[in-house]
Amino acid sequence: MSPILYAATGAVLVGIGVFGLLARTHLLRRILAFNVIGSGIFLAFGGLGSRGPGSGVDPVPQAIVITGIVVALAATALAVTLVTRLFEETGAVTLPGEHPAEGPDAS
Amino acid sequence: MTAALVFDLSLCLLIAAVALAAVLADDLFTAIVLFIVYGLLAAIAWVRLDAIDVALAEAAIGAGLTGLLLVGAAARLGGRGAPPAAGRTPWRLLGKAAPAALCVAAAAALVVLVLALPDDAPGLRPLVAETIAASGVTNPVTAVLLNFRGYDTLLETIVLAVALVGVWSLTPDRDWGSVPGARQHARPDGVLATFGRLLPALGLLVAAHLLWAGADAPGGAFQAGTVLAAVWLVVVMAGVLPAPATADTRVRLLLVAGPAAFLGFGAVGAAGGVFLGHPAGAAKATILAIETALTLSIAATLGLLVLGVPRRPA
Amino acid sequence: MILDIATLVLASAGVVFFIAGTLGLLRFPDVYARLHALTKADNLGLGLIALGLVLQAGNVWQALKIVLVWLLAIFAAATVSQLIARSALVQRSSSPAARDS
Repeated sequence: MSPILYAATGAVLVGIGVFGLLARTHLLRRILAFNVIGSGIFLAFGGLGSRGPGSGVDPVPQAIVITGIVVALAATALAVTLVTRLFEETGAVTLPGEHPAEGPDAS
Repeated sequence: MTAALVFDLSLCLLIAAVALAAVLADDLFTAIVLFIVYGLLAAIAWVRLDAIDVALAEAAIGAGLTGLLLVGAAARLGGRGAPPAAGRTPWRLLGKAAPAALCVAAAAALVVLVLALPDDAPGLRPLVAETIAASGVTNPVTAVLLNFRGYDTLLETIVLAVALVGVWSLTPDRDWGSVPGARQHARPDGVLATFGRLLPALGLLVAAHLLWAGADAPGGAFQAGTVLAAVWLVVVMAGVLPAPATADTRVRLLLVAGPAAFLGFGAVGAAGGVFLGHPAGAAKATILAIETALTLSIAATLGLLVLGVPRRPA
Repeated sequence: MILDIATLVLASAGVVFFIAGTLGLLRFPDVYARLHALTKADNLGLGLIALGLVLQAGNVWQALKIVLVWLLAIFAAATVSQLIARSALVQRSSSPAARDS
């Protein structure tokens, strides 16, 4: 029962992440939402990989998820650098043409 | 309802709630802190799934290094991203409600699909159990990463290196080859500096242990490399050691040492018939040699990825 | 059996300290009071839980690993809470608006 519970949670996390990606315009928030989607997929993969006989997660999904976590960090680092460079060049924290729902600074 | 099921249910609800709070939080810094909390809770979920290797990677990389990257970027953007002062117009509300409804529907459909999958999936467990004796290690995850699916791991380390090339390629021309990261202001006799001098002893021990234990127990090159990277970042932030110039040849050699060792052993395997194949009888030795080189390269690449674009002269 | 009971008592006491610290984090008025609640309660809470787990360790090495984890956690917590307090102090002295709140 429990592994499927975590797989279902992963599916919910994908929904939450996609909402963040669609509804937030600040680029760092979009990167954050993208990471929520990613780890939701990993959790679903892991939960589904623990079905069947034997205990624990199938080692092949485990290894692929570890690979995925590292690749997600590499993508995040590149994306974060692109955002900071965009900010340094233009002062923008959203994509051009995007409704600036979360700017400008109030704090 | 057993106690374990109650715990699993509460943990799942907590994970979803914290993820939602991280996405919805008004303040950017709050959102990032919630995301780090979310990553640590996800690591506990992996422990519950009995996937300790993944839990280590999720806590160290998914929560720790990703969180550090986001905090650093938020600081660089200097408070941009506060909530709008204007009220909620009906149009804006609709603009959020439509995607929200869509995402709820999509998540519900995914949950239904996940629950509809058959329960009796044998997966690849039997195959791994059958062949693990020949892999040279007894931790099945390490066997898959470094032996059965070694090409995945080889390409992954190359992806890491390419990401770093991508980050460095965003350097303004005048700063090319200089030192990455912000200038550190830690006082040389302060608490952080003391921590930065104490941590390496303990951190190196933990990293070496994770690397060595990875053959038979949870751990391995990625977890050890991340611990090393984190220790190095603390040392740099504490001002104990300066960050190196990215033009330094030693730095660049360190970055490619892991993939190069992997490719080198792979080529030796190709001479013996199978590319990336390990010589019979010496599989454990080659795996450990590759993992040691990989650990150093992964640590250097992750650390430099977090420090980001070179921006000040050496 | 006696060891199990000791572990239960120690871990429960640790959880009580964690709850107290969390309450302080949520209810106390400013950064310094919140830090005070967190560091005092969590260090003791974690220490009690670690002590409880050491009693369950199969051998000396496992026990030493738990102690090592505990040491790392308190070192990091002490450093980080000092840094947070310092940055809160710097922020307060640099913005006159924050001094009133």
